[in-house]
Amino acid sequence: MPEQLMQQIVNGLLIGFMYALIAIGLTLIWGVMNIVNFAHGDFLMVGMFTSFWLYTLYGIDPLFSIPICTLLLFVMGLLIYRFIVSKVMSGPMLAQLVVTFGLSIFISNLAVYFWTPDFRLIAKPLLSGTWDIGGVLLSIPKTVASIGSIVTSLFVFLFLKKTKTGKAILATEMDREAALLMGINTERINSLSFGIGAALVGIAGGFLSTYYYIYPQVGGLFGLIAFSIVALGGFGSIEGAFIAGILVGLVQTLGGFFFDPAYKYAIVFMIYLITVWIRPQGLLGW
Amino acid sequence: MRTKWVSIMCVSLFVVLFLTVSVFAQQPKTIKIGAVYPLTGNIASTGLDCRRGAELAVDIINGKYNLNLPLAKTEGIPNLGGAKIELVFADTKGEPKNGMSETERLITQEKVVAIIGAYQSSVTKTASQTTERLKIPYVCSDSSSPTLTERGFKYFFRVSPHDAIFAKDQFQFLKDVEKKTGKKINSVALLYENTEFGANVGKYAAQYAKEFGYKVVADVSYAANATDVTSEVGTLIKAKPDILMHASYITDAILFTKTFKELNFTPMGITTFAGYIEPGYLPAVRSDGNYIVIRSTFALDLAKKKPLIGQVGELFKKKYGVEMSENAARSFAAPFVLADAMNRAKSTKSEDIVKALLTTDIPGNQMIYPWKGIKFDPKSHQNIYATGTLVQIQNEKYVTVWPFDAAPAEVVWPFPPWKGRK
Repeated sequence: MPEQLMQQIVNGLLIGFMYALIAIGLTLIWGVMNIVNFAHGDFLMVGMFTSFWLYTLYGIDPLFSIPICTLLLFVMGLLIYRFIVSKVMSGPMLAQLVVTFGLSIFISNLAVYFWTPDFRLIAKPLLSGTWDIGGVLLSIPKTVASIGSIVTSLFVFLFLKKTKTGKAILATEMDREAALLMGINTERINSLSFGIGAALVGIAGGFLSTYYYIYPQVGGLFGLIAFSIVALGGFGSIEGAFIAGILVGLVQTLGGFFFDPAYKYAIVFMIYLITVWIRPQGLLGW
Repeated sequence: MRTKWVSIMCVSLFVVLFLTVSVFAQQPKTIKIGAVYPLTGNIASTGLDCRRGAELAVDIINGKYNLNLPLAKTEGIPNLGGAKIELVFADTKGEPKNGMSETERLITQEKVVAIIGAYQSSVTKTASQTTERLKIPYVCSDSSSPTLTERGFKYFFRVSPHDAIFAKDQFQFLKDVEKKTGKKINSVALLYENTEFGANVGKYAAQYAKEFGYKVVADVSYAANATDVTSEVGTLIKAKPDILMHASYITDAILFTKTFKELNFTPMGITTFAGYIEPGYLPAVRSDGNYIVIRSTFALDLAKKKPLIGQVGELFKKKYGVEMSENAARSFAAPFVLADAMNRAKSTKSEDIVKALLTTDIPGNQMIYPWKGIKFDPKSHQNIYATGTLVQIQNEKYVTVWPFDAAPAEVVWPFPPWKGRK
């Protein structure tokens, strides 16, 4: 039993780190621009497919193609912001909601059109197999992905807290008008945040593609979970998203193990509801 | 006077013309049949496969083929003046609510005379409620939830076996394999996705486990679109079952296979429903799918015993460039059953088609399944001859292994451990 419990905790952590990485990208966009990016999960899918095609067509292992995924998604994010999202920024809230929602449907259907709805897996990634540590099995690709997630999150955190641009992003997040008065080009900050947010799911997609199946609708549930993590952690809070991601991963696996797997997502959303009931701004939001 | 004659002539000519046109109109050149399938969404790859099966069937009915299938040798439906069938597809996206609205659209706007398809039982359930309300025949050959034919619907008919039959088959297989290998099986773990299909498999499997004298040591249901199933597999490992019986769709089949391997879950045998036989499954998991046993109504290797299977399989491959799968084969049945009924009824009216469906009697040698034939129970409208077979994945191919006396291949038993496999 303790071995079983350890196994479940490990599994929960491994999936939790991945959730955290996906959620951090979303919280950045949400927090800075007040835009709910419904297409976030689909950005993730594009990241996974990029990694898949680089592997299939050019034989580049996902581990090495992650920088390419990141860059590609960054550019994609910038372009989408520049040509689509920025157009509705001054419009009504509803228009902003509909535009990313429409974008989500458009991207996933475009993927069906180009790549068919088939399921793909990267056949033989460099990372595969499991480590057996005292009877607890540790999936190698998931562990490496978790380390990647921690490093990336730390990097984003430092970028926001230490660099001038990062501070400008945080300032915009706190008070757009004041930031504008201080001479921050909020339009540039917006497009940069959107790009970084997309780039982060590019990284997540690259890692995820080493062990998860890839198909056009794969972003759906990851996207939904990312939303609840962002809300749970506090809108715009990187640390909050990181902690909430791990929390959700743990709750999901342990809840499923101790109660009934059928209710594991129900338990996750119940904890989310209780949290926002007590603290509507989320765990670390303000 | 002259002008009067001319006008009379004109009027009579017009009347004659009108009558001929309406006579022709009564003999439709094409008959529209609605086909509802999940063409986009989570299981779009399955929907595409079903679509191909139904399309091939319609090709054979509409054209001239030297095959021992109903209406294959004639063009179109002979008793309706050689009328051709046209399939009108609708996309359910895998959602019951779309199944309902799309079926209604097909009937009221496209004016289809009958409905086939849906694949997912949960969707078929809502779609068939619509057909029942609008009084349109529904011939289903791809959904397997037993409840679908337990509702006493007047317009709903099912050709393929349902999951209660399949579940019973699986337990019979366990009994047989115990006898064959001498390895005693005591306990079974049930694992199923929690919609109409999986939940019903779970229910019937639990019932038959009791009947066949096996102990159910775990009863695990889960959401089919889960991102992670480690806690489910953890629960199974804790229960230490001899056999795992799993009802899934394709996404969860892939995810579970990967997680079984990752956490080294190795029961004596894994027997499954649905997801593991879908064409997208093996390309995704490759050799990790080996030795899993799946319920089936079709396998290409049965062509050795039934050449018709080989001939149809060949046609399918020529048309689509891929092997015919279980899903395509199942969806292949419904258009034939409908065409045969319309041909005998000499009508496309709902009531006439239903009456003809009730007297359907297609012999087993005119179908690509290992059944005795197609004949509907007068009350439930379930095909009374439908039975299942079991296939096992060996060397990344589906081979029929049960019933033992009819199967071309030997079952590999017990399930070889993950470690040390190639």
